Parts: sequence; structure tokens; C-alpha cells
Amino acid sequence: MESLSKVESKLDDPSSLKIEEPYRDVNPTRSTSNEYTVIAGVCTHLGCAPKYYPEMESQPWDESWVGGFFCPCHGSMFDIVGRVFKGVPAPTNLKVPPHYFDGSILTIGEERGTA
Amino acid sequence: MTQKSLGFFNWINARLPILNTYERHLSKHPVPKKVNFWYMFGALASVVLIIQIVSGIWLMFGYENTEEGAFASIEYIMRDIEYGWVIRYMHTTGASMFFAVVYLHMFRGLLYGSYHKPRELVWVFGMTIYLVMMAEGFLGYVLPYGQMSYWGAQVIISLFGAIPYIGESLEIWVRGDYYISGATISRFFALHVVALPLILIALVFMHLVALHEVGAGNPEGVDIEKHLDEDGVPLDSVPFFPYKVLNALVAIGIFGIVFSIIMFFFPEGGGYMLELANFEEANPLSTPEHIAPVWYYSPYYAMLRAVPDKLGGLIVMGAAIAILFVVPWLDRSKAASIRYKGRLSKIAMTIFVISWLMLAWLGTVPVTALRTTLSIIGTIIYFAFFLLMPIYTSIEKTKPVPERL
Repeated sequence: MESLSKVESKLDDPSSLKIEEPYRDVNPTRSTSNEYTVIAGVCTHLGCAPKYYPEMESQPWDESWVGGFFCPCHGSMFDIVGRVFKGVPAPTNLKVPPHYFDGSILTIGEERGTA
Repeated sequence: MTQKSLGFFNWINARLPILNTYERHLSKHPVPKKVNFWYMFGALASVVLIIQIVSGIWLMFGYENTEEGAFASIEYIMRDIEYGWVIRYMHTTGASMFFAVVYLHMFRGLLYGSYHKPRELVWVFGMTIYLVMMAEGFLGYVLPYGQMSYWGAQVIISLFGAIPYIGESLEIWVRGDYYISGATISRFFALHVVALPLILIALVFMHLVALHEVGAGNPEGVDIEKHLDEDGVPLDSVPFFPYKVLNALVAIGIFGIVFSIIMFFFPEGGGYMLELANFEEANPLSTPEHIAPVWYYSPYYAMLRAVPDKLGGLIVMGAAIAILFVVPWLDRSKAASIRYKGRLSKIAMTIFVISWLMLAWLGTVPVTALRTTLSIIGTIIYFAFFLLMPIYTSIEKTKPVPERL
């Protein structure tokens, strides 16, 4: 959670204003849970699957890496909740799909009560 | 030839211009008497084209163009079909060698101003061949349906999605599905083995017809058409047969040795010609750790990666190829050959070559902050070389081009 605000200055669109954000301002995780983030693992640049690098350690692509997603195809970087960095090819944050938590069961693809 | 067979030949020849064509385009076709090894790569490119067509036909005997069968059929060709591995490696080595000789052929054009008047169309046809080759190479790379096939296709097809308004529907139309699937493989197969080869052969034909109309250039940039003998044949020319044929045979021999060494001993080319990740079947859920194109696309891939914008990256990459088409009109120099051009052209050419090679290297290695900066510098140099060409070629002082070769 701490790292979320730490990277904010590096992000292109920290509040996800450029895309449709289903759960804006609900949780800093961008999801309906304050514990988990639910994002589509499809790079918004050209559709590769960004890799998860959670460690807070220096990486070849960023010396002050605080954990997040790195796309091996064209080097786009996203923070731990999938918000895109400035100066990378990807245009927008990773998408948050509609979802809901029911205890320990996560349903992706629909909102609560629509099914 | 006996009287009888000569009679038969005459019968044919009166109906089909065999002898005429043979003399005009082969035996008596005048070529500059002094050229160097740089002038061999065109012939080598046509040799590779034939290798690709023949080995490609043989590969088709065993290949299966379905999502379930594609990867397994490649394994089948490699392991079960007798000498299948030779046929496949011939085709993959051929792809790399095709680009190698074409790049050298193109560089020869830049070096000696082969695109200068009246050879502009020869250059334009050549560039179109290069463009079609890039598409052909990409389509072929997808067919084995390995990891790199899949993710390469994912990235390249997604590029269409960067086009405003029509992008998304165009992407689906090209892919034939909402994601890469059997529909994509079967259409790529049709394009790779029928559509593009037909276009390629037609373009090669046009390239040669246009070339034979205006005649080949030479490293001095001398116009040999200025001094003709009483038959209208340039004085500084020799007939294609036997002089050029024998030269070409030596070149083809050396090329055959290099080709065979690669094909038999280093078919993967250290991962630059056949990428190691492609020996693993396509997995739509996992992108390989390190994604890089095969070496012949890598300079343009480095450019795509350098631009921090989706549409911008596509435009830069497209423009990098498009700008090559107009080189004949960018070069304002009185001298065609670098030998008689001024210092500015020589400096520009040197920097261009270094930065192109740097981009080619950058395209094959993972991203770091420094490498991204280098890619941006390389991209700027690449465009500056062409965009500033009208300026530096017109202000510099050229040496006088000799009258005779």
C-alpha cells in the first residue's frame, strides 16, 4: 500500500482517468477488495502478458523498482495495481474486469447480482 | 544440333521468342565491364528465392495448418520424415540468408547510388520486394506455432489495433478471430505459401525487366550508355554470358559453402535465426521472459520499443520503411557513387551504418533505461540520414565523375 503512493510520480495516469474504471475511488487496489487487485494480464500496448515482479529491488529496466508488472515485449512498466508508467509504449493502465468477491470466491466477468 | 532438332527449334522460335529473349536478357545483355563483389548479391537473392520456393513446397508436404496440428507437424517433419530436418533448416536458413543478401544488396544501392536516374523504378520495385519479404518472413514465422510464433503474431497483429477508428475491427479481420487461433494459422498459411510468393515473383520479374531496360549500374557511377560502339552496345560493357555468368558461379559457390555451414552446423544461429523459445509450443497465457524478433527485423523492433506511444511507435516503424522508397528523390548529388561524393555524404553514411547496426543489436537484447536512450538516438540518426540527405548531398562538393569506366 505504501508503495502505491511512492510510485505515483512515475505514473502516467494514477487515477485511471483515461480509461473506464469500474471501481474508481473504491479501494487503492482498484478492485472491490482492499486486499486483492483484479486486473487483466494483457498489456495495453500490443497484447503481451506482462510479467509479475513483486520484489522491491533494482531491476535492469528500473533501478528504483518497487514491485509491479513488466512487459517483456516492449518494456512497458506497470505498478503493483497495474497502473502504467510514464514514458513507456503502453498507452493506458491495465484493465480492471467486472468482478465480485463472495467470501473466498472471486467471480470475474460479472458484477454482483447480475448473474 | 542435328538438322532435325534445329528445324524443331526454329518451329518453336517462330512462335515463341526464345532465342530473342535469351540473347536480349542473357547471352548478349551488356553489363558494365568493371564491377565488384557488391554486385553479386542480386544474383544470390534470386538463388535464395529458388531455394525458398523449392524447400517450401517440400515442407508443405508434411505441414499441417491447424491449431492442434501445426506444432506437432513441424516435429514430425524434423524427426520422422526422411531428411525433413534438412528441408526445414534449408528453409529457415534460407529466410535469414535471403534477408542477409537483400540487406547487402540494398546497401550496395545506397553506397553506389544505384537508384540514381534512370534507375529509380528499379529501386522502388526492389523496396517493394523487401516490404513483401518482411511480411512473408513474419507469416512464415507464425506457422510452426511455437511460443515466439504466437507472441510475435500477437504483437504484430495488435499493431493494426493502433490505427485510429478502424483499428480494432481491422485487427479482428486480420486475425480471423478474437484471439490468435487456428483461423489465424490457416489464413497465414494461405498468404505465406500462395499469395505473397506470387506477388514476390511478379515483383522480382518487374525488378529485372526494369533493370534490363536501363542497364546495371557500376561502382564508379559512370553512365556507360554515353559511349556506344557502331552496334549501339556500350563500349564499357561485356556480354552477360560468359563474363557475368562465370563471376556469378564463383559467388554462388562461395555462398553455397556459407549457406551449408550454417544449415548443417548452426541452423539456430545462436537463437537469432530460430529463437529458442520457439521450440516450445504456443502458450496463450505466458509470454516468454525475453521477447525479441529474429535478427532481420530487430532494427525496426528497437525503434518500436523506443517510442513511448502506441500509435507513434507504429508510425515511426512504418515511416522507417516508407522513407526508403523515396531515396532516389532525396539524393540530390551529381555523383551517384560514394567514391565521388563529398565528405558530408561519407560521414553521413558511416554514422548511418554504425547506428543501424547498433539498432539491430538493441532490438535483440532486453530493455534497460540506457538502451532505450540509445534506441532513441539510433532512431533519430536513422531518420536524419534520409531527411537531411537533400541538404548534405546538394551543398557538398563532389569530385568529377570520369567519362569512361
